Amino acid sequence: MKKIGRIHSLESLGTLDGPGIRFVVFMQGCPLRCQFCHNPDTWDVSKGMEYTSDSLMEEILKYKSYMDYSNGGVTFTGGEPFLQADFLLELGKRCKENGISVALDTSGFILNDSVKELLEYTDLVLLDIKNFDPLVYKTVTGVSLSPTLKFLDYLKEKDISTWVRYVVVPELTDNLDSVRKLSNHLDAYPNVKKIELLGFHKMGEYKWKELGMEYKLGDTSEPSKELMEEVKGILEANGKVVTSNV
Amino acid sequence: MKQEWHGFDPGSWMIDINVRSFIQHNYTPYEGDASFLVGPTDRTMKLWEKVQELMIEENKKGIIDAETQKPSTITTFGPGYLDKDNEVIVGFQTDKPLKRGIMPNGGIRVVKKALDSYGYTLDKTTEEIYTQNRKTHNDGVFDAYTDAMRKARHSGIITGLPDAYGRGRIIGDYRRVALYGVDFLLDQKMHEKKQLENPTLDAPDIRQREELSEQIKALKQLKEMAASYGYDIGKPAKNSFEATQWTYFAYLGAIKEQDGAAMSLGRVSTFLDIYYERDLKNGLITEEEIQELIDQFVMKLRMVRFLRTPEYNDLFSGDPTWVTEAIGGMGLDGRTLVTKSSYRILHTLYNLGPAPEPNLTVLWSVFLPKHFKDFCAKVSIDTSSIQYESDDIMRDVWGDDYGIACCVSAMRLGKQMQFFGARANLAKALLYAINGGKDEMSGEQIAPMFAPIMGEYLDYDEVISKFDQILDWLSELYINTLNVIHFMHDKYNYESLQMALHDADILRTQACGIAGLSVVADSLSAIKYAKVKVIRDQDGLAVDYEIEGDYPAYGNNDERVDQIAVEIIERFMNKLRKVKTYRNAKQTLSVLTITSNVVYGKKTGSTPDGRKKGEPFAPGANPMHGRDKKGAVASMSSVAKLPYRHSEDGISYTFSIVPKALGKNEEDRVNNLVGMLDGYCHNRGHHINVNVFDRETLMDAMEHPEKYPQLTIRVSGYAVNFVKLNREQQLDVIHRTFHER
Repeated sequence: MKKIGRIHSLESLGTLDGPGIRFVVFMQGCPLRCQFCHNPDTWDVSKGMEYTSDSLMEEILKYKSYMDYSNGGVTFTGGEPFLQADFLLELGKRCKENGISVALDTSGFILNDSVKELLEYTDLVLLDIKNFDPLVYKTVTGVSLSPTLKFLDYLKEKDISTWVRYVVVPELTDNLDSVRKLSNHLDAYPNVKKIELLGFHKMGEYKWKELGMEYKLGDTSEPSKELMEEVKGILEANGKVVTSNV
Repeated sequence: MKQEWHGFDPGSWMIDINVRSFIQHNYTPYEGDASFLVGPTDRTMKLWEKVQELMIEENKKGIIDAETQKPSTITTFGPGYLDKDNEVIVGFQTDKPLKRGIMPNGGIRVVKKALDSYGYTLDKTTEEIYTQNRKTHNDGVFDAYTDAMRKARHSGIITGLPDAYGRGRIIGDYRRVALYGVDFLLDQKMHEKKQLENPTLDAPDIRQREELSEQIKALKQLKEMAASYGYDIGKPAKNSFEATQWTYFAYLGAIKEQDGAAMSLGRVSTFLDIYYERDLKNGLITEEEIQELIDQFVMKLRMVRFLRTPEYNDLFSGDPTWVTEAIGGMGLDGRTLVTKSSYRILHTLYNLGPAPEPNLTVLWSVFLPKHFKDFCAKVSIDTSSIQYESDDIMRDVWGDDYGIACCVSAMRLGKQMQFFGARANLAKALLYAINGGKDEMSGEQIAPMFAPIMGEYLDYDEVISKFDQILDWLSELYINTLNVIHFMHDKYNYESLQMALHDADILRTQACGIAGLSVVADSLSAIKYAKVKVIRDQDGLAVDYEIEGDYPAYGNNDERVDQIAVEIIERFMNKLRKVKTYRNAKQTLSVLTITSNVVYGKKTGSTPDGRKKGEPFAPGANPMHGRDKKGAVASMSSVAKLPYRHSEDGISYTFSIVPKALGKNEEDRVNNLVGMLDGYCHNRGHHINVNVFDRETLMDAMEHPEKYPQLTIRVSGYAVNFVKLNREQQLDVIHRTFHER
């Protein structure tokens, strides 16, 4: 039987979630409740559009030439894509058959057998580490940090190419001591090829209002270039590659 | 061998006129990077400062100066200079830089009106001559127009027709003057005329003999004009300077004689590169000197001016001249036609800053050298001043020595010309189908009367069958109207110099066009996949529509509607093919609106896709603003499905993206833009304008135009200075889909 996936939306020109031009699939449903989330409309697992793996694969294949010429591929993000690991497993296999590079953008919260099998068909993991201080992590996301760190260990064990992503939110994730600890921690992970610093922005604020939810960061400012540079400097220790979008 | 050709590889080009053969035998493909490029010389910068001062003054006044008495011919004006000490390439259209000449052969009324609108008065005697003694193209056309043609023109179902001004879109092969010298070309033309001494001379032969005589006169005048600047262009160019100057003189002669809507240059950079390479090899020139020649040549091209009326500017805003130069592409033998001079001409956008003219057009191929692709992408990201057209599509149809006239019209250089046909408003045609041939704005019966659609809800099959009927009528009327126009243009406003730089026997195309493609595709999709209720006024005229439910919109890579768009083009083109044309021209079609999408929208009532009366259409082949919801690549993919074989006059797509959406840093942006262009080209997309800037920049430029004198944006098929658009057009650009995610 063909699996059904719940999809929030599709974007044909993704340039920010992995190398080259990406066809980006925003999966519906997320176990985290990050305060700075700009896609809170992806949280509810019961929403979204239904796609079969065939119909989604058909969409993906329409863009193969763009992926090929830019060294891009498909990126599954969300939401938390691993909530629908069984569905994505079928797609991951099909992508491999068609020579399409697969990236998964995840919080690393879920690591079950399906996820492990799916990772065999994954070329790149974009691992979002929302904070390295367990207490702050809990405040920011509503869940605990340790699954993410275990996930990172697993990626190392399987030598899966990984880009770590860190969102810089003034007065929330700018706890520099913990950034230093994260930097030291990542030194032991040769599979982490790059660290991407993403500056907090409020472009998703309107969605919180539309959903009738309280947006806690309404008064928080976007990070200054100086702050981004400071965080970048810390993470660059021992030759790690760090990029910043601010 | 002529001594000027010393060092060139011989070939058939030495016996017959064959510039392509000369290029193929002699050019040096370049696959390296941009690191050899140099900045402008002091002379160039001094001259450019003076030009910029003039342009600022022109922006304030509208125009710098205009001739009011003497109609412009190749030799009307003596030599003109701006700054003789610093001017390396010389020649202006009139006696003063940026001063506009008058060319009343197209129509005296337009000349008078244009002069009036800028506060000048047409000389009484000149006016008398052109109203009483010398008939114009415009007079001829209106003598022959039928009532149906007048009505169609007045209602706006066919507009922008070149019936009162020069038709343009003809490219003389200006390179011939540099390679062969005018004397050789004159001999050839006299020989061609001699060939036409047939036992019986009928009308076509007589016409051609007369035309050849006109061409011979024009070549003689061209020589005379160059002599007034102190140069003998009877002989071939013997070095880099002469090759550049001769080529410019040839083009200059054309723009002294004609003020056609689009006066394109062709494909000169790789041709000139052969002279530059020869002189470099012999130690006769430096890279600085070559770049100076190109910078100064381009500066002259930036100063091309024609006198236009305000109405004309509504259709083609920003005072465009379409000095289109085609760059790069691949040869039929697999070698790239990219040379160092392909880089050099693009580099003028850095040396002199961004500008809309010349209309730099890169002939893109997935096989272009990687370094050149990267360089083009970087230039696009930095300047938004170049457009791309698929050489992989066009090379198959037109070979490897074609140029682009205007925006997207390919033609083999010196071997082909077109009868420019503006465009038919297909969105209006759809409304005529619903209203039984009545105009939805005026209620007037424009098409022959037939039963209107009476139902409360539109039925797809019924609409299609009536639409088909309307297109039968429209295609016949359209071609016949163009036949009248071009018959008269040949007769009263013949382009003698441009045609002198063509072979005797050429291919003519009857270049029709359509506006409102995405409006019609979405309307038909709405009728098919949602429910469309008709709102009628008290006279029973359908004036508005209510849509119940959703429908797939063109621009989302959705086959259901994209195939409707494909089918509309094919259907209309096949009808055009059935109608007999003047001089047996081959019918072609473009999906291109220039900036007239705003004017067309204004003249068109509400449409079944949900677009309200008076709202702009999308430009060219673009999806309607805001309806493409799956991102830029989905939008491009829809456009790429439109069939070039049924629209050989070009399919224009304009794309705007904010820098951040293209990638996180310059390297990523370049890589991704190259990937997009390659993917689009691979998918058989024909043309794409690339704009890379923030919406905020445009908003700021609207409020503070003085801060952005050189802000250049690509609109449908050409580029404009943003600050020269009227407010309505500026807002249209700003509201147009920006890809931001």
